[in-house]
Amino acid sequence: MAHAPRNSFLVPGIPRFSRSKTFAKRGLFKRKPQKVQKQAAPATTATPSGFYPAEDIRQKKVVRKTLRPSKLRGTITPGTVLILLAGRFRGKRVVFLKQLESGLLLVTGPFRINGVPIKRVNQAYVIATSTKVDISKIELDAQLNDGLFKHEKASKRELCEKNFFNDKAEPKKLPATFVALQRALDKAILEEVLKTPLLLAYLKNTFSLQQGQAPHLLKF
Amino acid sequence: MGKPVRLYTRARVLGYKRSRHIQSPDTSLLKLENVATKEETGFYLGKRVAYIYRAKRVIKGSNVRVVWGRITRSHGNSGVVRAKFAKNLPPKSFGSIIRVMLYPSSI
Repeated sequence: MAHAPRNSFLVPGIPRFSRSKTFAKRGLFKRKPQKVQKQAAPATTATPSGFYPAEDIRQKKVVRKTLRPSKLRGTITPGTVLILLAGRFRGKRVVFLKQLESGLLLVTGPFRINGVPIKRVNQAYVIATSTKVDISKIELDAQLNDGLFKHEKASKRELCEKNFFNDKAEPKKLPATFVALQRALDKAILEEVLKTPLLLAYLKNTFSLQQGQAPHLLKF
Repeated sequence: MGKPVRLYTRARVLGYKRSRHIQSPDTSLLKLENVATKEETGFYLGKRVAYIYRAKRVIKGSNVRVVWGRITRSHGNSGVVRAKFAKNLPPKSFGSIIRVMLYPSSI
């Protein structure tokens, strides 16, 4: 009977024992290799000298994650005005544009109205209001996706060197494409917003709980 | 920043969940403000709660510390809920105010 493997995983992808340790544990070097085993042995381990490789060959971590975007809440539809609940823009009202592939919500203040740029938020940190901005006619640029929010990081070494030589970090600049996207989007949304009286002021204003208000009784 | 924004409701720490003789410090009881019935607590279940206090020693430039937790279920019939915290609340927190955040939101 075959027994349970001696090696186990500490964390998926990280085995408890190294390859050399497992080799010693298995003790195969004591036995004469059987014919069948010889055939089954992978080519990489059989070195011409008959020794096992002294260096550990790194095995790639098995990625078992899959992207499973969260389901959009029924109350959130394109154009819904949302209230942000956490972070730098907490309390601000923003317009929901669409759900991204990652499951995050793409929103914008618009920046021109209340200073909230195009950004991604998790729907757990958002209250959906019953107010809507009609954005059905606004065509969203194909660039508005998760890729827009990726930015390159300077490697640790570079950062270290910079700090060492006391180089001044250049202020980060928004890519021109982002600014252009924001401008175009703001313009289109602002036009829609102006069609409804008071909507502009509503978006400009922040939400806050007042004394004696209970959120479970509020109708957003 | 403009005017102050409050995006949390308040709750008061009543004590630990307990029987007559034994108390279980891993669960705390909170009385939610403006909530008086068991049915009304439904909105708050699962919400994040924060016990915020001040300490003498400065850590990362701040004297303010936080113990985060979550509301787990209702307790009794008058707007009291049970909550679990990352670290059990200290007894000195009894009677103090806890922030009940509006997230994770389901509205």
